[in-house]
This record gives sequence, structure tokens and C-alpha cells, in this order.
Amino acid sequence: MSVKRNPLTLLQWIGLGIFLTALLLFTLVLGLDDYRLHPDSLAVSNTYHKEALLEAARDQGMLNRTYASSFAFAPAFQRAFRQAQADLQNRFDQQGAPEGVGEWEYKLGDWMEQEYLLHTVKHSSRGPVRSNPLLFWLLTIGLGILGGLLYILPKFRGLPGIKNNHIYHSHMTRGMKLSVRSAFLAAALFGIIGYGIFYLGGNYFWPGVSLLIALLITGLVLYKPKTSPGDESRSASPHATAWIGLITGLYLIGFYVLLYWTPQHLTGWMILSDPLSHTLSGKEASQWFVYGTLYTVAVLVMGVRMIAKYRHNRYQIIRTISVMFFQLAFAFLIPEILVRLNQPYFDFKNIWPLNYTFFFDWNLNNLIGSGATGLFMLVWGIALIVLAVPLLTYFYGKRWYCSWVCGCGGLAETLGDPYRQLSDKSLRAWQYERWIIHGVLVFAVIMTMGVLYSYLPAGELWFNQRNFLMLVMLMLAGAMGYTYYRWKRGAVDISRLGIRVGIGVTVLLIGISAYHLFSGSEKFFFLNSNETRQWYGFLIGSAFAGVIGTGFYPIMGNRVWCRFGCPLAAYLGLVQRFKSRFRITTNGGQCISCGNCSTYCEMGIDVRWYAQRGQDVVRSSCVGCGICAAVCPRGVLRLENSSLDMDERTKHLRALHIPESKTALPN
Amino acid sequence: MHVAIIGNGIAGITAARFIRKLSDHDITVISAETDHFFSRTALMYIYMGHMRYEDTKPYEDWFWPKNRIELKRAWIERVDVEGKTLYSSQGEAIPYDKLIIACGSAPNRFGWPGQDLRRVQGLYSYQDLQGMEAASGELERAVIVGGGLIGVEMAEMFHTRHIPVTFLVRESSYWDMVLPPEESQMVNRHIREHGIDLRLRTELDEILDDGTGSAGGVRTKAGEEIDCGFVGLTAGVHPAIDFLKDTSIEMQKGILVDDYLQTNVPDVYAAGDCAQLRNPKPGRRPIEAVWYTGRMAGETVAYNACGHPTAYDPGIWFNSAKFFDIEYQVYGDVQARAPEHHASLYWEHPEGRRSIRLVFDRNAGHILGFNLMGVRYRQEVCEQWIREKTPLREVIQNLGLANFDPEFYDEYEPEVVALYNTQTGDNLQLRQKRGLRAALKFLNHKQLN
Ligand SMILES: Cc1cc2nc3c(=O)[nH]c(=O)nc-3n(C[C@H](O)[C@H](O)[C@H](O)COP(=O)(O)OP(=O)(O)OC[C@H]3O[C@@H](n4cnc5c(N)ncnc54)[C@H](O)[C@@H]3O)c2cc1C
Ligand code: SF4
Ligand code: SF4
Repeated sequence: MSVKRNPLTLLQWIGLGIFLTALLLFTLVLGLDDYRLHPDSLAVSNTYHKEALLEAARDQGMLNRTYASSFAFAPAFQRAFRQAQADLQNRFDQQGAPEGVGEWEYKLGDWMEQEYLLHTVKHSSRGPVRSNPLLFWLLTIGLGILGGLLYILPKFRGLPGIKNNHIYHSHMTRGMKLSVRSAFLAAALFGIIGYGIFYLGGNYFWPGVSLLIALLITGLVLYKPKTSPGDESRSASPHATAWIGLITGLYLIGFYVLLYWTPQHLTGWMILSDPLSHTLSGKEASQWFVYGTLYTVAVLVMGVRMIAKYRHNRYQIIRTISVMFFQLAFAFLIPEILVRLNQPYFDFKNIWPLNYTFFFDWNLNNLIGSGATGLFMLVWGIALIVLAVPLLTYFYGKRWYCSWVCGCGGLAETLGDPYRQLSDKSLRAWQYERWIIHGVLVFAVIMTMGVLYSYLPAGELWFNQRNFLMLVMLMLAGAMGYTYYRWKRGAVDISRLGIRVGIGVTVLLIGISAYHLFSGSEKFFFLNSNETRQWYGFLIGSAFAGVIGTGFYPIMGNRVWCRFGCPLAAYLGLVQRFKSRFRITTNGGQCISCGNCSTYCEMGIDVRWYAQRGQDVVRSSCVGCGICAAVCPRGVLRLENSSLDMDERTKHLRALHIPESKTALPN
Repeated sequence: MHVAIIGNGIAGITAARFIRKLSDHDITVISAETDHFFSRTALMYIYMGHMRYEDTKPYEDWFWPKNRIELKRAWIERVDVEGKTLYSSQGEAIPYDKLIIACGSAPNRFGWPGQDLRRVQGLYSYQDLQGMEAASGELERAVIVGGGLIGVEMAEMFHTRHIPVTFLVRESSYWDMVLPPEESQMVNRHIREHGIDLRLRTELDEILDDGTGSAGGVRTKAGEEIDCGFVGLTAGVHPAIDFLKDTSIEMQKGILVDDYLQTNVPDVYAAGDCAQLRNPKPGRRPIEAVWYTGRMAGETVAYNACGHPTAYDPGIWFNSAKFFDIEYQVYGDVQARAPEHHASLYWEHPEGRRSIRLVFDRNAGHILGFNLMGVRYRQEVCEQWIREKTPLREVIQNLGLANFDPEFYDEYEPEVVALYNTQTGDNLQLRQKRGLRAALKFLNHKQLN
């Protein structure tokens, strides 16, 4: 099908050219420098370690030899590391550590490898990027911004209005055929589990459990299917796969894999980010600083695009400015400045359980050890969890966070906007969604309880293990009891199965807590809390949130993480569903069932299902982005808050025009 | 009992859904157009690349077997009402106990010379859409004949493909049989603003052959020739009832039905675009070819077919559309040429793409209707005011109750009030701003009474 599309203006062609050149150069930067190990470039301050490493490197002929790429240099260094480790171990076994030196000050631990490796690779790099970091920053990120803006700014011309033309004609945005999408999903699942076993050093327990749960959920969804398994009803399957989208997805996936698990190959980017990092925090750039910069740039530049696209809709404009602001100020600048002021790195808008490290011992120690500011951060973080989330969600729905404040949401609403139509709207996808996202929430809760339990003292303080368990049990029982009470009164519309699963999980958690209360066992939930949290970080924090969350934008839409994975979204969603004033009202019988709202709902909500019945939309997953209301050609949808009629709001079917009282219905 | 339904559009499908709710009858829905129900109103969005055909299906494919609604893809050629049997073009005989005809419309063709050439078509069916798609490739200009809602949709469709459009409208202003003059002119301006060559007071005389049996141009009644490779006929629709000609079902323009949507033949009903009411409600037309009435009629006909006699009541008229970027909503009685006792308060935004019109009874002073361009109003509130013959003064003071625009949008009700005050010398104040709470209170309170 040949379709005459919007012709690009000259300025846009130039912008596109600049952007692609910058992207190419940015990618090439990783291979421009070469690497040469030198005593000064060995970024290790511990003298025992340094000497042993140098010796091993010299032994292996690594010293003063030039390597063309990090892919040659890093393994060589890792070999040297292992030799040094063995040497030190030998010496330690024979003579012990020198007087007054601790075991791990002397020996090399496995966990030191990554840090030493990363820094040494970075410092051993020599070449054009190392010599001109600022220039390369400008040529890559700088030009990328310029090119992006040149491409975007002409979009402000012309009349404001819905700008969805050609989305399903574009090779970037039309999505993947079902077969391609399934192949991606399967490869991601098995790739992650397989790599996970390696990541945990050959431990099969958690990867095995995760695989089992994945199979269990698949079984639950496919058991008693509404649809025959081969039926691709309303899949997100276009006639032909978007090949530019496919390449984009692969690039993003590759990016995240390198970022999380082998950052030693990204040192070129860290080097070119050093000047900016020094200016902000006074420290050199880590891979996280690079990521933060790219993230912020993406949100800002694509935020401008979002504003251009939806400039007829003030809700969208304000909301977009809000996510741009929170990303720039709260996620990027303030934490860096805090570091410069010798305060803990802290993102004031990142809330547990999305911010799953909040209750980790090192974070708690860091906050508690940082005086009044640290304590304030601790209190603030807890207040967000127990006050802000329930209260603000009660008044405004989860949108106050998910599509106004959150960083993940911010990226999804800006960089991800071109892909929002790719979310799967089938009932089956919804069933997967409910199991998976609530599963992640339960996992996050158990993981955090374990971490906190082992962190807290057994006796001395008032906030000890016992009281912690009591508090948790009380909170769980209270929340579930209240929900059950309202359900009994018919105030919340949820299936019997849903309530049963909820009660089951609550009883399980309370039971386990009670067991610990009485047994005083060390291993919470019979698990090693270190391993649990390591696996959580790997599987949920990195693989799900990053690799799949963003890498799958062109494959399954821009909210894969928010919809299927984010435990905070699950928590916010429970509040939104059970006790909130937020709903999307529908305008009587005006819906023409066209399907624009469902198509463009990034959360895969079949909005039309409700709209055509004249039923208010109350869904735990709705992030209140307001796009459904913006693209509806008949003005049917409105995001609203009100305490009135909130318990009946989903039952009212305004599009039924024959009242039941008028006709005697058979029972 | 077996209920056969001809037509899987909104009327036929709504009927099927409600029959399933009300009964255990066997249901067969027959259509020649597509396997599944899709939203005809969204055809343009498929062409423009906003959606795929899949996305226009309001129900997933499993919905039909799950609800035991059998779908049959066939063209019904002949109906034997005495023998209660349908005959498809493949020769299949489908017996029924009750028949609901919801066969919809077809585009009008007024006997123009050349109207049967290739690349001359309307936009009604999925096949029409495919025809447009096929013709679009090398197209250098399209001519659209007939200034209604589908014409402007077609213009927008071609416009997104950068195919120049000449839009011939017989009247002196776009859709001026329905829109009051100010709104009609607003749409004229907006169509032109998008670069469409809108020709008012221009009538089609003949469609010219390009020598290969396809459209090559048109000649207008004024004698002007316009080269084009496609002619869109969008001068309205008529019930698609040719296949019923030889039956004893009484028909005029459409299938004649009584208040219970029953035809003169027992056990045969009609609903949707194809039905013509014998006794339309005062102020309403006998055939209303819109989505909403199709849905209401489908619901009503289901009750009747299931033995719960229910008179068809389309409620207070409403409709909506979109002209490029301008949304349009209408509630109640808004006429293009206002009768003597109609008066209206018309406010227009200076930028000329939004307006609010309140129509009221000049003598009795109560509200009759709302006409809105670029502003969204709440149907239930407007309906309630109109039904209860609320005095204009009261409506004006509470106008915010009706506002349904998204959050943060400017509210124009104060300007409407101010306009009223200048026009009447009155000094009314706006008592209600936009908000769900107040609207619900208003609606619930009224419902309790
Ligand atoms: C492009 C377009 C845009 C529109 N936009 C709007 C809008 O915005 N708002 C609005 O209110 N209305 C709109 N309408 C009008 C609205 O779509 C129609 O009023 C409505 O679809 C009619 O529904 P129906 O069920 O009566 O018939 P249809 O939807 O026409 O369904 C009838 C079906 O029956 C089939 N059929 C007919 N005869 C036979 C036979 N003999 N054998 C087998 N099958 C048969 C037809 O193929 C068709 O599939 C629009 C119409 C079009 C074409
Ligand atoms: S239902 Fe509407 S507001 Fe909610 S997430 Fe979907 S598109 Fe956004
Ligand atoms: S609510 Fe609006 S966008 Fe959604 S199906 Fe109805 S008319 Fe279309």
C-alpha cells in the first residue's frame, strides 16, 4: 500500500539528518577509544588489591598493551582479576593478612570485580573521546537535541487538533505482527531467566520459581478461556511488521542490557558525560549519570513534541510540562546537587515499592547517618507511602502520580507517546495484567518485609522485629477487612474470585508474619533476604522495568512496565479502584463505538466497552493520561473527581434507553 | 424459537445482544458486508491510519460464540414471509420464526450521467472504503458531490493523503438545511482553512469518462469542467431495501413500521436506517439514519421480538459530528431556518472555531435546544432542561452544569451570560461553574422528584 504521507519540511529533513548522525556518532563513541592498562589507570585505591592486580596484569602481558575495544580489554582484565584473587587467597591462606588489616581489605571479593572493572576500563580508555569529552558531548547528545527539536518544532504549524494521521501506515509505529511480538516475548522471558541463573552465580532457586510462576499465570489465564487459544481476536497485530520500530526496539533492548549488566562497555558515554557531571555534583559520571542525562533529554525533547501534538488540549499541555519538570528537577538535578552538598542522593518523588531500594539496609543507614536532612528524607519517603499515595489517590486518582509526576510515566508519555496504540486491548491481556502486576506487588512486599525484618534489631529498640511484624499484620488485616466490608455492601464491583485471591494472599502474609512472631526465625519467609532482593533487583528492577519496560515500546506499547509490572502502580490502582473520587464519565448516549479511545489508551483499557454502554470507567490501571478523552471525536469522555455517587458510578448504564421498570422482565 | 436478523450494523447487533439478554432464542445475524460487527462511523479513521479495521470492532471475536449469537456471512436475495424463509445468493434457505430487518442504507445516486463509471462511489460500506483506498494511489484530485456529514469526512480523508479535493455543495452554505447560518458559515471557513476547494451553490451535471470507463472529471451545472480521477457521491443515503421489493412487506422510502417497530407482516420487524416510522414523534423525521437511533431501535425491537411490547421512544433528539477539527453537538430542537416562535442566543468565540447556541421559545421562554461547535456539553443535563421546559433564565444561570469540556479548558459560560445580559438588559449571574458534583446533584435531585 503506498500512502502519501505528510511530507517533511526541509527543516525536518535537516533535523532528522542531524539526529541520525548524532545517534550514529553516539553509538560509535563506544568504539572510538582504545584501552591501555597502566598503573595510573588501574582505578583501585586499596594498595594490596592494586599490587596484586598489577602483578597479575604484568604476568599476563596486559600492562601497556593497547586493546582496540572494551570487548577485548574487559575480559583480559577479568582474567587478571581472577588471577590476583587467587594469588591473594593463596597468600592469605599461607600467612594470613598483615597486622591490623581486615580479611576483605586484603583479599579480593567477587563483588569487587564489577566496580574495579568498570572504573579501570573507564580510566584506561585513551583516544579522541577521552581528550575532548565536551566536544563529543556536543556532537552526540547536543546535536541529538538540536536535530530532535528541528524535527519537532515545525509540528507547531498548522491548526491544532487530533494528529494521529498515518500512525498505522508508519513503519515506526504500526507495531509487530503477533508472531514477531510473541517471539520477542518468549526470547525475553527465556533470555532473562537464563541470564538470571548466570547472574546469581548458578543459583537455580529464584529463576526456577519465577519460571514456575510465569507458567502458573499463563495456565490461569488460559484455563477456561473465553477464546480459543489460536484466536487472535483484537490483537495488536498489523498487516506488516513495523521494521523501523523493530530496529528501534532492538536498539533499546541492547542499550538496557549493556547498561544494567555490562556497563564496562559504555565507558565512552561516561567519559563524555564527565564535564556535565563535574559541574553538577562534582563527581565523575557513572553509567547512571549517563542514563539520567539521556532520560531527561528524552523526556524534555519528546515533551516538546507531545505539547505540539496535543496543543489543542490544555490538560495534556499542563500534564506534559509537569512530567518534564519533575524529571528535570526532582529526578535529575536535585539529587546531583544534594551530592554536591554532601547529602545523600535522593529522589523526592520516587516512592516505594517502585523505589524498591528505599528500605534496603544501606539506604536506611545512609539516611539515618546523614543528620537532619537524612532523617527528613526518611520521614518524607514513608509519608509518601502511607499518606500521599492514599490521600492524593483518593482525591484525584492515580493520575496525580502516574501521568503527572512519575519518571517512568514521564518517559512513557513523552518518548513513548508514538507507541501508545500498541497496547494490547484483549480481555486476555487484561487477565495477564491483573495476575502479573499484583504478583509483583506481593513479591515486592515480601522482599521488603524480609529485608526490613533482617535489618531490625530483635529486641532493644521499640521498633524491633516483633513490633514491625505486629504493625504489618494489623495493616494487612485492616486493609483487607475494610475492602471485604465494602465488597459485602456491594460498594465495590469486583468478582468473587478477586476477593478470594485477595483474602488468600492476606491470610498467607499474616500467617507467615505470625509464624515469625512466635518462632523468631531468622530467615523471613524461609528465604535468604539477600538473595531475594538480589533477584528482585535483577528481575523486576532491571529486566522488567528497563529492558522490557522501555525496550518493548515499539513492540507492546509505552506502558508495558506501568501496566504489567510496577508494584507502585498496583498499590495506587488498588486505592483508585476501591476508594477514590476519580472516574471517567461518559456523555450519555453520544458514543459511536468508533474505537479511538480504546486504540489510544496506553494501558490497554477497552474504554469503548464502557463508553458505548454509557458506563463510567473505573479501572485500577487507568493512569488518567486523558488521551482517550482527547482523541474521542464525539466528546464522550471526561476525567472527573467527585464524591457523589461514587459507589454506583460503575453500575449506571446511561446508554440503555429502556428503563427496566417499563418492561416486566422474565427472571 | 429462531430469530433471524438481516444486517450486522448497530441496529441488528444491538437487537441480537438484547434478545440474548432477554431470552434463550436461537439468534442468527446475517450480513454480506463483513464477518463481524464493526463501527461504520470509524471508516474514515481506518483510511487515515488512526486505526486498523480490527480496532473498529466493538466486541472481540469470542464475544459472539460466547453469547450464542450465530454470525452468517451471506447476501439475502429473497425473503419469503409466508414461508418464513430467507434465501441467500448462494441458494441457502434459512428458516426463521421471527425476522428483524436492519439492513441499513445505501448512498444516493440521483441519476447523474456517468454515475456508474469506475472510481465513482459513495462511502458507506467497508467495500467502499477499499474502493477509496484502491483509487487513492495515483490520484491527483478528487471531487466530492454533496455537502453532508459524509462529504466532509471524505474531504478530510483525502486531505490526509495530500490529495487535492474539490467539494461541490448545491446549497449556498455547507449543510445549511441542518446547521443554523452562523454555524454553517463557520464550517465553510474551516473547510477552506484546510485548503479544501469548497464550491458552494454548485451542482453536478455530469460525470465525465476518461476514455477507459473510469471517472476523468465532472461538469457542473454552470458548465465548468473539473478534472479528477475520483468522484465521491455523498448526497445522502436511502434505505437499502431493494431485495424486499417482491415481498408483501409495506414500504415507502423505507420499511414501514408501527410504534412497536413491527411491519405489516406478523413476526417481521425493522430497525435502524432502513425503517420508516408510520407515526414519528412531533418534530422528528420518519427515517433517522444515525447511529444513536439505530442503537435505541435495536434495543426496542429486541423487547418486542421477545414478547415485551415496548413502544419506540427515541427520547430527545441529539447528534454529534466532527468537521475536521471542530466538534459538533446538538441537543433538542435546533433548526436551520428557525420557525417563528424560535429565538436563539448565539455566542461565538473571536477565533471563530467555537460557538454556543441556546434555542428557546420566544413566547413561553423555555429552552428548546443547544447547538455547540468546539464545546462539549453534557447530554443528560441538556436533556433534562429540555424535557422539563426549563425557562431560559434558569438555564443561563446554571449553564456551567452542562459544560463537559476537559479539565483546565476555558469556560465560556460567563461570556454567554454576559451576552444575554447585553441583549436583554438583564443582570443575571452565572451561579454554576463546570463540575461533576453539581451536575450530579442536579440530575439526582430531579430524578428523585
Ligand atoms: C462514513 C459514515 C460515517 C457516519 N458517521 C456517523 C456519526 O458520526 N454519527 C451517527 O450518528 N451516524 C453516523 N453514520 C450513520 C450510521 O453509521 C448509520 O446510521 C448506522 O450505521 C446504521 O446502522 P444500521 O444497523 O441501521 O445499518 P448498517 O450499519 O448499514 O448495517 C446494515 C448491514 O446489513 C447488510 N445488509 C443489507 N442488506 C443485506 C442483505 N440483503 N443481505 C445481507 N446483508 C445485508 C449491510 O451490508 C450492512 O452490513 C455514519 C455513516 C457512515 C457511512
Ligand atoms: S482510560 Fe483514558 S485516561 Fe485512563 S489510561 Fe486509558 S487513555 Fe489514559
Ligand atoms: S468514547 Fe468516543 S472515542 Fe470512544 S468509541 Fe465512543 S465515540 Fe469513539
